[in-house]
Amino acid sequence: MNAAAPSKVYQLPQPLPLDSGQALEGAQVAYEAYGELAADRSNVVLVCHALTGDQYVASTHPITGKPGWWDRMVGPGKPIDTNRFHVICANVIGSCMGSTGPASEALDGKPFAMRFPVITVRDMVRGTVALLDGLGIERVHTVVGGSMGGMQALSLAANWPDRAERVLVIASTARHSAQNIAFHEVGRQAIMADPAWADGDYYARGTRPDNGLAVARMAAHITYLSEEGLTEKFGRRLQDREAKSFGFDADFQVESYLRYQGSGFTRRFDANSYLYITRAMDYFDLAEEHGGRLANAFEGSEARFCLVSFDSDWLYPTAESRHIVHALNAAGAKVSFVELSAPHGHDSFLLEHEQLDRVVKGFLE
Amino acid sequence: MSPSKSKLRPDLAAIAAHVAPGSRVLDIGCGDGALMAELQARSQVDARGMELDLEMVERCVARGLSVVQGDANTDLADYPDKAFDYAILSQTLQTATRPDLMLDELLRVGRRAFVSFPNFAHWRTRAALMFGGRMPVTRALPVTWYETQNIHHVTVEDFRELARAKGANIERAWFFANEKEISAPAANWRAEFAVFQLSR
Repeated sequence: MNAAAPSKVYQLPQPLPLDSGQALEGAQVAYEAYGELAADRSNVVLVCHALTGDQYVASTHPITGKPGWWDRMVGPGKPIDTNRFHVICANVIGSCMGSTGPASEALDGKPFAMRFPVITVRDMVRGTVALLDGLGIERVHTVVGGSMGGMQALSLAANWPDRAERVLVIASTARHSAQNIAFHEVGRQAIMADPAWADGDYYARGTRPDNGLAVARMAAHITYLSEEGLTEKFGRRLQDREAKSFGFDADFQVESYLRYQGSGFTRRFDANSYLYITRAMDYFDLAEEHGGRLANAFEGSEARFCLVSFDSDWLYPTAESRHIVHALNAAGAKVSFVELSAPHGHDSFLLEHEQLDRVVKGFLE
Repeated sequence: MSPSKSKLRPDLAAIAAHVAPGSRVLDIGCGDGALMAELQARSQVDARGMELDLEMVERCVARGLSVVQGDANTDLADYPDKAFDYAILSQTLQTATRPDLMLDELLRVGRRAFVSFPNFAHWRTRAALMFGGRMPVTRALPVTWYETQNIHHVTVEDFRELARAKGANIERAWFFANEKEISAPAANWRAEFAVFQLSR
């Protein structure tokens, strides 16, 4: 994987302080922006990306050549209307698409690799807030994100309560459950068990832990889908054959689909970034950061919140969103909540969904 | 956000007229948010809603209202005591699994409560049952018995009795027939709808 040149990079003028107590020197944040910034800077929508997402929310991905990951949501006349809003999407710290991460050069000119400090979701948001500072944007109209993007939106609302007027959290959670952590651990162990991982120091070598990263992606990908969705899409149908091979080729369509997802992922994502970002998500517990009571996180918040869950999402099920809604209610914050019906599990927030479009559009207006 | 142009339902208009400006309101079973929109626009009320029907919730969100999709039978428990100045239950009591328990919850989360419901003792309902011998389908109760969401039919007198049993003070009451307010005497016969203001 070659780090693609992002269209915009912000060099942080100061070291970025981290939850671990360390600081990241000379960090940079890569971002994309769409639509015109209003003269009074009142029309900024900050979009936060998910685990393996990036800043190319509505523009062609430089490595895959595919449309942006939320191209259907962000654009002229779309629910997040770039005719009206100035949309900013930053690549999180720790990632591999231009923001400083384990693949970046440390001060000694060599890649950080596992010397990169362990980061948290709050650290990612710190990086994004530093970017907003650099752009002279004190307050965003709306911060919106799905999955890990939703965690960032919640973290921003809790830790920088004056920075967002509206907070839209889709298919997300205020803390990682034991099950969430368990799935991430499977992925991390797959990467670290790959001989090519070489204790994370693979950048100078010719080989990379692509097999481990692909397995991590395959395991995670299953958690993004629903049983119903998988059954509908693949059932037990065989791939390019009439009968079972009595071997370990990808006999079933679902197997070759996962293999395809896994190998495609290794072309655009750094294995060490996957380790660091999944760790950050596992550490995420917004209540713990605020004295053990989630409502404390939102005490005195003036922002308007909207939470959306999907009934088939078992990674971050509706109960997780309701938990946040209760806390917001207890804190007296303005909150809306809808559970949308969708067959495709957690990934539903990325897919065509007219009701989601209407909720997003309505909440922003 | 502009106040709704369409006229509010008479029971909602009576409630809206008696919510103090600047207060905090929970509208339970808020539908498309007509009352909340009116309250927010007219008297800077901080209104929150609860609604089960997804499409209604969606319309509320699109109107800029704060509405949580939820079931009033179970989800009121999530709200702290006296979190609101007013808890409003319009045309929903008769759909509750346990109207008595819901009234308790209403008086717990709100300092005051408004409850409106169709009066099953209205003369037209009585006549339909007495002379037709079948469950009435009237203007106030327009759906057949097997399709109706109203699982606990209640009368003005029944509600007064429930309020007494629950130790709730009936502070005010309004009665409506033909979309017009009528006087309290003989309301149990004459009212199609009733609205009660309660406290405890």
